[in-house]
Amino acid sequence: MSQIEYSPPTPKGAASIEMRDVTKAFGELVVLNDLSLDVDAGEVVVIIGPSGSGKTTILRVVMTLERIDDGYIKIGDRQLYHEEKDGEPTWASEKHIRSVRSDISMVFQHFNLFPHMSARQNVMLAPIKVKGLNEDEAAEKAKILLDRVGLGDKLDHRPSELSGGQKQRVAIARSLAMEPRVMLFDEVTSALDPELVGEVLNVLRELAASGDMTMMMVTHEMGFAREMADRVLMFDRGRILEQGPPDQIFIDPEHERTKSFLKAVLSH
Amino acid sequence: MQTTWDWDFSAEIFPRLMEGMLVTVAVTLIGIVIAVILGLFLALGRRSNQPWISYPTAWFIEFIRSTPLLIQLFFFYYALPQARDLPRWLTTWPAFITMFVALGVHYACYASEAYRAGIESVPKGQWEASTTLNLKIKTTWRSVILPQAIPRSLPPLGNYFVAMFKDAPIGSAITVQGVLFVARATQSASFRSVEPYTLAGLLFLAVSIPAAMFVRRLERRVAYESD
Amino acid sequence: MPKPGTAGSTFEGRHLLDDLILNSNQYKNLMEGTLVTLQVIAGSFALGTVMSLIMGVARLSSRSWIRGAALIYIEFARGVSAIILLFWMAYALPILFGLPSIPGMLAGILALGLNMGAYGAEIVRGAIQAVPKGQYEAAIALNLSNRDRLREVILPQAVPIILPPYGNLSIEVLKGTALVSLIGLSDLAFETQLLRSGRVRSVDPVNLPFLYLNVLIIYLILSQVIAYLFRVAERRSARKFVSV
Repeated sequence: MSQIEYSPPTPKGAASIEMRDVTKAFGELVVLNDLSLDVDAGEVVVIIGPSGSGKTTILRVVMTLERIDDGYIKIGDRQLYHEEKDGEPTWASEKHIRSVRSDISMVFQHFNLFPHMSARQNVMLAPIKVKGLNEDEAAEKAKILLDRVGLGDKLDHRPSELSGGQKQRVAIARSLAMEPRVMLFDEVTSALDPELVGEVLNVLRELAASGDMTMMMVTHEMGFAREMADRVLMFDRGRILEQGPPDQIFIDPEHERTKSFLKAVLSH
Repeated sequence: MQTTWDWDFSAEIFPRLMEGMLVTVAVTLIGIVIAVILGLFLALGRRSNQPWISYPTAWFIEFIRSTPLLIQLFFFYYALPQARDLPRWLTTWPAFITMFVALGVHYACYASEAYRAGIESVPKGQWEASTTLNLKIKTTWRSVILPQAIPRSLPPLGNYFVAMFKDAPIGSAITVQGVLFVARATQSASFRSVEPYTLAGLLFLAVSIPAAMFVRRLERRVAYESD
Repeated sequence: MPKPGTAGSTFEGRHLLDDLILNSNQYKNLMEGTLVTLQVIAGSFALGTVMSLIMGVARLSSRSWIRGAALIYIEFARGVSAIILLFWMAYALPILFGLPSIPGMLAGILALGLNMGAYGAEIVRGAIQAVPKGQYEAAIALNLSNRDRLREVILPQAVPIILPPYGNLSIEVLKGTALVSLIGLSDLAFETQLLRSGRVRSVDPVNLPFLYLNVLIIYLILSQVIAYLFRVAERRSARKFVSV
């Protein structure tokens, strides 16, 4: 598996994430409860916890798939959901959100590749439409990225002709094409057959090892978390239960809930 | 030539338009009865195991559904009476009757499809269970299949009934005195066209929109209950 | 020589085939009418498709006044029935604009096109909603603009879902074109009526049942052509989802 090299880091490079007092409710159900979280630029944070704990929602509000009800989120030194009007912070316009969102990308559990386009076209679309590349530049870039995730021979295949692991790698290449400063991974191996998980984890491993990308991952792959995470967060019922380096969380967790969760997950 | 809306005129013609509306509704309702009954026969014919029944039935349904109701209406009203060899009672009817017959036959072909879809949406397992319980064919239909098929057929049937109401004014072409006929007659007599047609349209909306909303509610209830 | 408009008996064995096939003069009239019918269906289809796309997308707008306006259009244009809308367009609309009349073709295309647009809008709306939510989210994750998302991601996936019911709708509109004969436009249905009433001079007498049968068959052929065109379109749109 070839080393992934990045196009020289954009002048800005990986960005930090700052979340303060973030609250998100769906009707009566409060999913994120006064959440405060800091992620350093280039840090790899893995979020674990029982389903329904709200961990996916953390990723979704950073990606602006859901809007927060209260609090703020900063990407690098820019507010995601707020902008200043006459010196006062107010909820941001769509234009502002879109502008900050260009630094964020996300890879999904169910890939969400565009079925009517080839792998290469999937990767090319956003750079052409959003970053204004012309078709040749975008095609060249797509080829480089797909080569690096090991799919150089599948450029013109449609998603329906790819395995789950291949689809997910295309999805990662597609996100990388936008040169994000923050990447979010929502259980990206959970929908894969076990023998296909490894190829995706390898790609993630290279990304994490480079130190050039801020990564927030929700995953059940505890082995990967132990190996590659800078920090592990245990999330339960809308709150961070505890966090720390992988060794601390996996070997000697503080809370009973963490202990019982890890026991249940790691026992098979 | 008129230049502004004449409220007095509107008030004057409104009762006649309402009467026309009743005729239009009546034609629709009788047509619905025909469509419901004939449609069931067509559906059964289509499902028949005898190819000499099922194929012609299918062709008939396809033919009627692919061709305009207006032409079929003209056929019933103008062409059929020309068949001198057949008895008069079978070929020559008053306009009102011709209209609901044409409407009923045309939409029976749609209704038959609604029935077919309803029957076929009943899971195959229901048929198999009935066989293993050794139920008679009649019981299978009456107690197992139809109770499940009929609710599923109702929403599309409801949509077809609303469509029938929208087609009913075609009768004005053969002098059925429905709301459109009254509007046209009013235009000829008074040379004012905005009020008759606008009022006719509003009256029409007053019936068809609530009817459509009712069918949508029915759709939701059936979907809810079949889960 | 029998007078035009009276038919021989329907059961004259030898003459059956003679009556079944109309003479060339009559076909000429019918073909002229068919040409007009084709113009009406083409114009109505064009207008109807434009309205379907605009209103179908508008129904899903984030702005409530756009959604509401589209809903009002759909309810009205559907609820008022094609034939009443047609008469209104032909006889009431011109007056509102201070004109004595408008061309029958225009009235026909407006009425049928707007009516079709209302039904088509619901088909488009349903198809767009059927596209999996994940596609929207992927487009957001890639920071595509709303317009690009609709054009490049959503609509291409909605089209295969739109085509089958849209084909049925198009056939219904074809059937609806016969209504324009009632406002005096010389389409196929109108020419049929001219032949029936003997107002058009034709050398041979017209056997009415067979006249209408011929006309019905012409409409049947037109329906099948439309159905065929849509089947081709469906096959082509499905091909985008597999490699060449």
